[in-house]
Amino acid sequence: MSERRCSPEDDCSSLLSRLGSDSPRPRMKYGGMFCNVEGAFENKTLNFESLGPRPQFTLKLPPEAVSGCVVGNVTSVSTGATIAGCGDRLIIKGGKIVNDDQSFYADIYVEDGTIKQIGENLIVPSGVKTVDAYGQLVIPGGIDANTNLYSPQKGLNPADDFYQGTRAALSGGTTTIMDHVLVEPGTSLLTAFDQWKDAAEQRACCDFSLHVDITRWHEGLYEELETLIKDKGVNSFLFFMAYKDKYQSSDSQLYEAFSVLRDLGAIAQVHAENGDIIDEEQKKLLCLGITGPEGHVISHSEEVETEAVYRAITIAKQSNCPLYVTKVMSKSAADVIAKARKKGMVVYGEPITAGLATDGSHYWSKDWAIAAAFVTSPPLNPDPSTPQYLTSLLACGDLQVTSSAQASFSTAQKAVGKDNFTLIPEGTNGIEERMSVVWDRAVATGMMDENEFVAVTSTNAAKLFSMYPRKGRIAVGSDADIVIWNPKETRIISANTHNLNLEVNIFEGLEFRGVASVVISGGRVLLEDGKLNVTEGSGRFIPRKAFPDIVYKRIKARSKMAEAHGVPRGNYDGPVHDVISMTKSVPPTPTTRGPPCPKTLTGPRNLHQSGFTLAGAQIDDHIPRRSAQRIVAPPGGRSNITSLS
Amino acid sequence: MSDCRRQWNREDELPVYLAGPITTGPNQRKTYGMFSSVEGAFESKTIDFENYAVGRKGSRTPRSGSRERLLDTGDPISKTPSEARESSLNGSPGERDEARSRAELSSTVRAPRNLTQPYGGGFISERLLIKGGRVVNDDQSFYADVYIEDGLIKQVGENLVVPGGVKVIEANGRMVIPGGIDVNTCLMKSYLGTQPVDDFFQGTKAALAGGTTMIIDHVAPQPGDSLLEAFERWQEAADKKACCDYSLHVDIPQWNENVKDELELLVQDKGINSFQVYMAYKDVYQMTDSELYEAFSFLKLLGAVVLVHAENGDLIAQEQRKILGMGITGPEGHPLSRPEEVEAEAVFRAITLGNRVNCPVYITKVMSKSAADTITQARRKGSVVFGEPITASLATDGSHYWSKNWAKAAAYVTSPPLSPDQTTPDHLHTLLACGDLQVVGSSHCAYSTSQKAIGKDDFTLIPEGINGVEERMGFVWDKAVAMGKMDENQFVAVTSTNAAKIFNLYPRKGRIAVGSDADIVIWDPDSVKTITAKLQQSAAEYNIFEGLESRGGPVLVLSQGQVVYEEGKLHAQQGTGRFIPRKPFPDYAYQRVKFRNQVKHKQGVTRGIYDGPVYDVAPIPKYITPSPSAKTSPTSHQPPPIRNLHQSNFSLSGAQIDDNIPRRSGHRIVAPPGGRSNITSLG
Repeated sequence: MSERRCSPEDDCSSLLSRLGSDSPRPRMKYGGMFCNVEGAFENKTLNFESLGPRPQFTLKLPPEAVSGCVVGNVTSVSTGATIAGCGDRLIIKGGKIVNDDQSFYADIYVEDGTIKQIGENLIVPSGVKTVDAYGQLVIPGGIDANTNLYSPQKGLNPADDFYQGTRAALSGGTTTIMDHVLVEPGTSLLTAFDQWKDAAEQRACCDFSLHVDITRWHEGLYEELETLIKDKGVNSFLFFMAYKDKYQSSDSQLYEAFSVLRDLGAIAQVHAENGDIIDEEQKKLLCLGITGPEGHVISHSEEVETEAVYRAITIAKQSNCPLYVTKVMSKSAADVIAKARKKGMVVYGEPITAGLATDGSHYWSKDWAIAAAFVTSPPLNPDPSTPQYLTSLLACGDLQVTSSAQASFSTAQKAVGKDNFTLIPEGTNGIEERMSVVWDRAVATGMMDENEFVAVTSTNAAKLFSMYPRKGRIAVGSDADIVIWNPKETRIISANTHNLNLEVNIFEGLEFRGVASVVISGGRVLLEDGKLNVTEGSGRFIPRKAFPDIVYKRIKARSKMAEAHGVPRGNYDGPVHDVISMTKSVPPTPTTRGPPCPKTLTGPRNLHQSGFTLAGAQIDDHIPRRSAQRIVAPPGGRSNITSLS
Repeated sequence: MSDCRRQWNREDELPVYLAGPITTGPNQRKTYGMFSSVEGAFESKTIDFENYAVGRKGSRTPRSGSRERLLDTGDPISKTPSEARESSLNGSPGERDEARSRAELSSTVRAPRNLTQPYGGGFISERLLIKGGRVVNDDQSFYADVYIEDGLIKQVGENLVVPGGVKVIEANGRMVIPGGIDVNTCLMKSYLGTQPVDDFFQGTKAALAGGTTMIIDHVAPQPGDSLLEAFERWQEAADKKACCDYSLHVDIPQWNENVKDELELLVQDKGINSFQVYMAYKDVYQMTDSELYEAFSFLKLLGAVVLVHAENGDLIAQEQRKILGMGITGPEGHPLSRPEEVEAEAVFRAITLGNRVNCPVYITKVMSKSAADTITQARRKGSVVFGEPITASLATDGSHYWSKNWAKAAAYVTSPPLSPDQTTPDHLHTLLACGDLQVVGSSHCAYSTSQKAIGKDDFTLIPEGINGVEERMGFVWDKAVAMGKMDENQFVAVTSTNAAKIFNLYPRKGRIAVGSDADIVIWDPDSVKTITAKLQQSAAEYNIFEGLESRGGPVLVLSQGQVVYEEGKLHAQQGTGRFIPRKPFPDYAYQRVKFRNQVKHKQGVTRGIYDGPVYDVAPIPKYITPSPSAKTSPTSHQPPPIRNLHQSNFSLSGAQIDDNIPRRSGHRIVAPPGGRSNITSLG
């Protein structure tokens, strides 16, 4: 015994499970945080020049002429193609194509809304429109994985609906949005889904897909879920751990739902905040007389978010279901996700525009309208170092997807809660600024390279949500959702110039480097020369398949591994203490308290359970112990199995 | 503290008379690092102490002086060769002495009895003198005699002047430590109407045999029972049977308004300052987060310590169902359904709740590395949280759940379960030694095999409970002190003093000082014993530590100034234990909380009143909030009547009817009569 040595150092590091080693996510990253973007440009620019001019196109600007150009030049060589038509033929020339895995110089030929050819010296029909991208980046259009353009809150409809919202999205370089279908408790998922889809098809100007928010889980939803996943093209469902007594799901519900989603091949999303604690804190604060928007952030503290993230990950781990945490707003919540990923959990985190660009100090603004405009939950963190921290986690891959969580409510709508912060409709803008924020905060500062930029703004979301490679990549056969990104231009955000109806923009006055100079969605040029030219209702619904590979490969492997096996033993045939079923005394409590073992199963169980509630059992305490409890040996005598030694 | 002392040491700035006692004080430092070897600490203390003693009090008796050195060199028995070499190089008397010491130790083994016998084997004598022992408290160790009268420590020191005719106990340089406090026992917790085989008599007997002189038992009322009545029942039973002092925690089986009055009464009048809440046992004891928040808030007002059984009951219930569904019914289903993560999650949540409420939280039964680490991290961030590993988690692991012998496997069933990870005990000891975990309990709750067999076909029915009250101190010594992770002072802290501080028993318990209760243990660090059910005091047929060797054990145990255990013989008398009431607001837990209360005062922003346009919300009861408890799943596992209620709500889908109204149309607002003010101007 004495030779057992303690090695305390070894013990300290491993916090959790044994999952760590088996399957790390295939890394898609290039370049570390400090990879110099300029250098990358330079190097490749040289190559580009060596490629020489392409003879078949007459219009060709030398790169050095374009380098000073602020906005990408779009030149119509032929006037034959009209912008409105679906069959736009386009050639994007001279840009650097940036995918999540590599960058290279090539031209792109687009026809019928898809990318037909990529390469140099393309042979294309005559009469195509040429989009000039010299000196700029050609990136897959952004995917905003979290918008709420249609879901009402407290009876209020968002100030920016699918039309306004997608218009703003397009102007910021986002060509696909994923909106949340908020299903009110007790209503049909399918009905709500159809309603959302109809509304979006009528109004949206860019492609869209839908998440479904399940506000009250019960097993009866299984069929609807199955239909949604198999027939309707929805593979992600959001659950709320907050909004007590309204949308909140209990841990049991989450577990059941996650198990079902895993079997069906969908991704579970959670709004992670502990609704119980929030509810109590809100009551307390209102009692203290704090009614302004600062009460929102005080009651939704960082810990409450962190706790729920931790819990959600635990539940997902137990049910072996992939988890996607929406709106990661605080450092500690992001840390929990990063740690869990290090331990091998299949979990993804989504910071939002607001969380990456600004902080929660504004809740204490003297101007009520400004303070209220920042109200969203989880709230923006008052810690001013949060945005940078989240950005760095995004850059290193611990967080994967950026979204906007766009849900805009006008000041008058927010003012519903002027005397009670709990009534302020929650939501911030960000759909338009998202890509610029990421570029400015991450790429322009050198934290992230352009490939990772494409990954977090577009590709990762496409992969997670089964839209890859149709979306999220510039490749032959992909949708022609293309953005020409000008990294040199800057833009100052103001509510006066943005494309939303909102009166307050939470990024007011901030300047961001990196602007989408041309946006092509579905093969049509929608933004060029600063002019937005969108068509209401032109957006298509993008159905998504179940079992996205990037997520489910590991899950499937683990399902096979994780099967627990019992120990084959002989039957216990030793003495069994006699639990005499005395009179069933139902516990006098009005609550649903039941048996000691929460599972209500079949007949024999109930017998046992009835004994549990008998409080009279203590009477026989005075009987000398062990005597009364000795049991007659069973007829067969004791077997080896139960011998104690 | 130790830092600044070291500083003084180096700088030599203090006057000699001050610097002397401090720098040479043999035992001033509270805790030594994880890696400081205990042997070295001994050595330096010995030398310094002699200087100190000579300077202060005149010469000590040569006899005890030599014995102390003997003891030091006696230690290498447990050393690794290299360490032994080191210590012999250090110039201590060496092998010759070691041999002598062994001889002397073995010859003195019987000394106490020899000495006490002349004064009669009975318990008439109220006056005792423990001579020649090394008194070990949590902060220091020193050689002193201890004089006891009327169950209290009356004098501590050397050359005590004591009345004639006192019984003298010769400690022979062995450690004299405060009696252990076992903060977690369940000696009367019934399960399906059956009582644990160890009741207060049996259990406290076992406790005394292991060097524990006080237990804090859990009053476990059933949901709906009156807490007060349950408390009185427990107290009555314990008063009749317990042979050592005891106190009681009260478990709160469910949270409601009625409970509040009873809690107040228990705290104010009955001397209870700790209450346990459950995050597990769904639909029985489990509380929702809201209830926990309320309970924490209320208990904080009362100044009580919140004990938390931290496991996510929702997940466990689901896992149990799944595992039973897979056909696993044996005890291995127990740990399978209660994985480590579920414990760690609940610990995390409990700490979050504690932080939000600003209330001290005490996690009972820390069984896994990740749960312990969660506590560690929270403490690092400043949370007031305490963690209690138990004997079983410190001495054994959960691999036994897979034993082919059902009875053996079932004997280990407790919750949270023992972690199957075999490195867990080591890790927990490390954290215990560095102070990240504070208290060692036993969670002793012994059921016989036949009682366990209630769950022979369904692991969820196996009554939960393991033994450990008797082995508790021995295993901490064996696995932490004897391994060099922990020093003797920290040993006293985790087995006794910290518990006394957290639960407001200090300094009456948990310390050898003038005025404290004479609950004293003479501890022999070298005695080796092999645990077996045949030789234990507990009535359980199966001991989960069966066959394990444990170094260190009590030679003699005093409870209330009476010798109750001596050389393997118990002289415990049923019903001699007293109930020890405890006051609320223990300093150790509540001082920080009080200050934080003042600091954390929340303030709103003073703004003008918003007088801009306000959106007109039609007073539609848009959301029907059906379930009173959001935690209760409206799924199929509920009793039918309530189910139907939920489901009837579900069928109300009228709210969506107005969704088709074109949004934004009728919602524009009339500007208020006063017009817009500056306050709301934008930009």
